[in-house]
Amino acid sequence: MKRSRYIAQKVGWALLTILFVITLNFFLFRVLPGDPARAGVRDPRLTREAVEAIRVRFGLDKPVINCFQSLNPMETGDCFINPLDTQFFIYVGNLLQGELGISYHTNRPVADMLMEMLWNTLLLIGLGQILAIVLGMSLGVLAAWKARTAVDHGALLFSLTAWSLPTFWLGIILLFIGSSYWGLPIGGRLTPGTVYNTSIERWLDIGNHLILPTLTYTIVFLGEYMLIMRSTLLDVLSEDYILTAKAKGISTFQILKDHALRNAMLPMVTIIALNLGFTVTGAIQIETVFSWPGLGGAIFTAVNRRDYPMLQGAFLLIAISVIFANLAADLFYSYLDPRVEDS
Amino acid sequence: MSVTDLSTDFLLESAPPAHALVNVSFTLREGEVLGLVGESGCGKTTLMLSLMRLLPANGRITSGTVNFMGQDLLDLGENAMADMRWKHIAMIFQGAMNALNPVQRVGDQIAEAIVQHNYIQEKGVVDGRVAELLDLVGIGPERRRQYPHQYSGGMRQRAMIAMALACNPQIIIADEPTTALDVMVQAQILELLDTLRQRLGLSILFVTHDLGVVAEMCDTVLVMYGGVTVEYASVDTIYNDPQHPYTRELLRAFPDLSRPTEKLASIPGHPPRLNALPPGCRFAPRCPAVFDRCHTEQPALHQVKLGHWASCHLVERM
Repeated sequence: MKRSRYIAQKVGWALLTILFVITLNFFLFRVLPGDPARAGVRDPRLTREAVEAIRVRFGLDKPVINCFQSLNPMETGDCFINPLDTQFFIYVGNLLQGELGISYHTNRPVADMLMEMLWNTLLLIGLGQILAIVLGMSLGVLAAWKARTAVDHGALLFSLTAWSLPTFWLGIILLFIGSSYWGLPIGGRLTPGTVYNTSIERWLDIGNHLILPTLTYTIVFLGEYMLIMRSTLLDVLSEDYILTAKAKGISTFQILKDHALRNAMLPMVTIIALNLGFTVTGAIQIETVFSWPGLGGAIFTAVNRRDYPMLQGAFLLIAISVIFANLAADLFYSYLDPRVEDS
Repeated sequence: MSVTDLSTDFLLESAPPAHALVNVSFTLREGEVLGLVGESGCGKTTLMLSLMRLLPANGRITSGTVNFMGQDLLDLGENAMADMRWKHIAMIFQGAMNALNPVQRVGDQIAEAIVQHNYIQEKGVVDGRVAELLDLVGIGPERRRQYPHQYSGGMRQRAMIAMALACNPQIIIADEPTTALDVMVQAQILELLDTLRQRLGLSILFVTHDLGVVAEMCDTVLVMYGGVTVEYASVDTIYNDPQHPYTRELLRAFPDLSRPTEKLASIPGHPPRLNALPPGCRFAPRCPAVFDRCHTEQPALHQVKLGHWASCHLVERM
C-alpha cells in the first residue's frame, strides 16, 4: 500500500515536471531575438510576401499567446481572438497528437526525424552505458576489494586517465587507430552503396560501425563509474555492520555480495540516472566525430542552422529523458533502500 | 577463555608502530562477567577485536596466547577462526543502528548467522529459530520482516542481542552495549543480559566506561590504561580496596549516592598517545601519587593478594 502510494507520487511529480518543461520549452524559443522566418532562409533578397508566406506556413503569423503578438510587451495585439488559435495552444494541441512541428531546414516533420535519430542514439548509448556500468563497477569492486595493492593502483591510474581524457580527442585517436590499423569504418552507420541480402548482414554492418563510437563512450564513462564504485565500496566496507558480518564468521565474498554491494549501489544508481538523462546530449561529441546519425549530431546541426522546431523537439526529448531517468532512479532506489519509502 | 600476555601493535605510516595493547592477561570463566574498564583510547576495543582476530588491516598481534576450548585461537587457520566466530564467541556492538545492515530485514540478518554456522537450510526451521530468539529478547516475532530503521534504539540493541545468541555461543563480547541508549532502556537491556546469562550460562566480556554498570553486572574487573592492565580484581575489591591511583581516580570521577555532597573529580590531562608513550609508567604524567621512579621505570603487574593484581610502584613497595 505504502509502496504504490510512493510510486504514484513519484510518477505524478514526473508528469507535472514534464508539463512545466513543455511550457518553458515553448517560450524559451519565442523569447530568442531574431525572426525565425528570416533566420530559416538566410537570403536578404527575399520579398515581404515570401517572408509572410513562410510565416503562415510555420504558423508564425498567429499570436504567441492571447493578447501578445510576441513576448515583447510593447506589441500587445488583439485581445478578442479565440485563445485556442494561438501559437502556444496550437503547439500543445499538436504535441498531444505527437506532432512536433516541421523542420525549417529539411521541411520534414520533426517528430519523424527525431524518432530515427533517437533509435540510433539509444543504440550507441545503451551499448556504451551497459558496457561502462558492467566493466566500471567490476573494476571498482575489484579495486576496493584489493585496496592499496598493485591491482588497486593500476585500476585507479587507468580510471583517472580514462576519466580525464577529452571525449572528442579520445574519439579522434581511436578513429585514427581503428580505421588505419584495425580496418574499421571511419564513420556513419552503414557502408554507403552496400546492398544487403539479409537483415543480418545489415545489422553486422551497423555493428561494425558501432565498435569505435561505443568503445569511446565506454572508456569515457568507465573511469567515472570505477572511481565512484571503489570509493563508496571502501566507505561501506568500513561501516560497523560489515564488522558485524565479519564477526558472524561470514566469508569475505559473501560480505561483499550480501552486505556491501547493495549499500554501495545507492550512490551508483544516482550517478547512472543522471548520466543516462544527460547522455543524449553527452553523445554530441562522439556522434560528431564518428558522423553517427544520432540526436547529439542532430542538435549540433540544428544549432548551426537555427532550426528552431528541431531544437525545440530535441530539447523536449532530452528533458523528458532526464525526467524519466530520474523517475527510474527513484523507483529503483526504493527497491534497494527500504528507508526511502518511509521518509 | 584464558588470555596470556596479549600484545597488539598498529603499524603507522611514517611513525613507529603504536603499542595499543601490551601483555594483557586475564581469565574468563564459565558464567563469569568480566568488566573491561578504561577511558576512550585505552585499548578496550583493540583487546576485543584482537580476541576475535578482527583487527583492521594495519593491526598486528605481536605476542600472547588466547586459550579457548583447548586450542590457541591465535594459531587457528582463517577458516577455523571464521567457524569459531559467532558460533562460540559472539559480539554485541555499541550503537546497533550502525551495527545492523540498514537495507536488510532484521530477521534475515539473524537467520544469516544461523545458516552460516548450523548448516540448516530448511526455511521453516530457520524462521522458527529466528522467531524464538526474538521472543527471547522480547520482540514480537512478526517484526522480523521489518528493517532496522523501523525499530527503536532499544529494540535494535535487543535484536543485536538476539543475533548474538543465534548459535548458542559460550562467550559474548559486549562492546558498550548500553552507551547509546537512554537510562530506562539501558536498565532494560542490562536486566535482559543478566537474565540471559543466568538462563543460558553465558560468559560475558563487558566493555564499558560506565562504572555503575560494572558494579551492577560484573564479577571481576580489568582496568586498562594506555594499553596496559592497571588493575585486575574482583568487583568488590576494585570498589572497596582499589590499589592503583588510576582506579581510585576513576572511581572518584563517578557519582556515588553514599557521598552525594562530594564534588565529582576529573583526572586532569589526556590518555597518552600510543606511539609517543612516556618512558616510565604510562599514567605517571597524570598520577596524583607520582614519584621519581615512575618517570623512568615501567611498573610490572604485581599481585597484591590472591586474585588481585595491580601495576604500580607503590604497590610493589608495600
